[in-house]
Amino acid sequence: MNDIGTVIPLHEFEINRALLKQYADASGDQNPIHQDETFAKSVGLPDVIAHGMLTMALAGKYVSDWAGGPQNVKEFSARFIKPVIVPAGKSVDLTVSATVVEVSAAGVRLEVSATSQGVKVLGMAKALVAQGN
Amino acid sequence: MLNPDSVGRTFAGVDVITITQEEISSFAAVIGEKNTSIAPPTFSIKISLREFESILTKPEIGLDWTRLVHGDQKFEIYRPIVAGDSLTTSATIENYKVAAGNEIITVRSDLFNKDEKIVSSWSTLVVRA
Repeated sequence: MNDIGTVIPLHEFEINRALLKQYADASGDQNPIHQDETFAKSVGLPDVIAHGMLTMALAGKYVSDWAGGPQNVKEFSARFIKPVIVPAGKSVDLTVSATVVEVSAAGVRLEVSATSQGVKVLGMAKALVAQGN
Repeated sequence: MLNPDSVGRTFAGVDVITITQEEISSFAAVIGEKNTSIAPPTFSIKISLREFESILTKPEIGLDWTRLVHGDQKFEIYRPIVAGDSLTTSATIENYKVAAGNEIITVRSDLFNKDEKIVSSWSTLVVRA
């Protein structure tokens, strides 16, 4: 099941304004671009955008679930290449999938893909998880 | 603009940060993680970003935090953070460059519980031109 090339089934998370507020409060990142549409547009954004770190936290949940729990996630990295745009009054998707790319004594390396509304939002996303999941 | 003399410097955090169950649980709740006995893998960003802000915006360092975006992020987790950990921190400005008017800064954060290093993370932060 951990063979190189194994594709892990995708999972679709939902992101909406309420979740952004919840993440802002839990993380302490109260940057108004993640909550205030007028402010976001005033700095040239199309609308309110999700925290990149919320996107990464959700992708981390996907990795944790596959790995058998958060204790098995040893390394996790990603580049924030496009924002997740979150309009008022609706939920948008964050669709996460992954492929096993390396299996070694160190663990299993995954390449993680994350898209929202068809747009790739994380680049170079990789995780190392402990064996034994 | 960042003071180039600050590149390579390491800054010790001023405070010992004691992790509460409530903050682990509220972070876990956002992502739907039911196991709240340990912190989710990206939880430490909460500590590191606050620390980076306090260091990088010091007048002698000079970063403009209001035009900042997060470029990329990496975590190495040696053991999960748990409630009751009393963490000391250090932050190192590892790299700095200017490209097309944007300032690109790579900072490393190390979190220790007493002498045990439990998480290292790297953030690339971009100050837009």
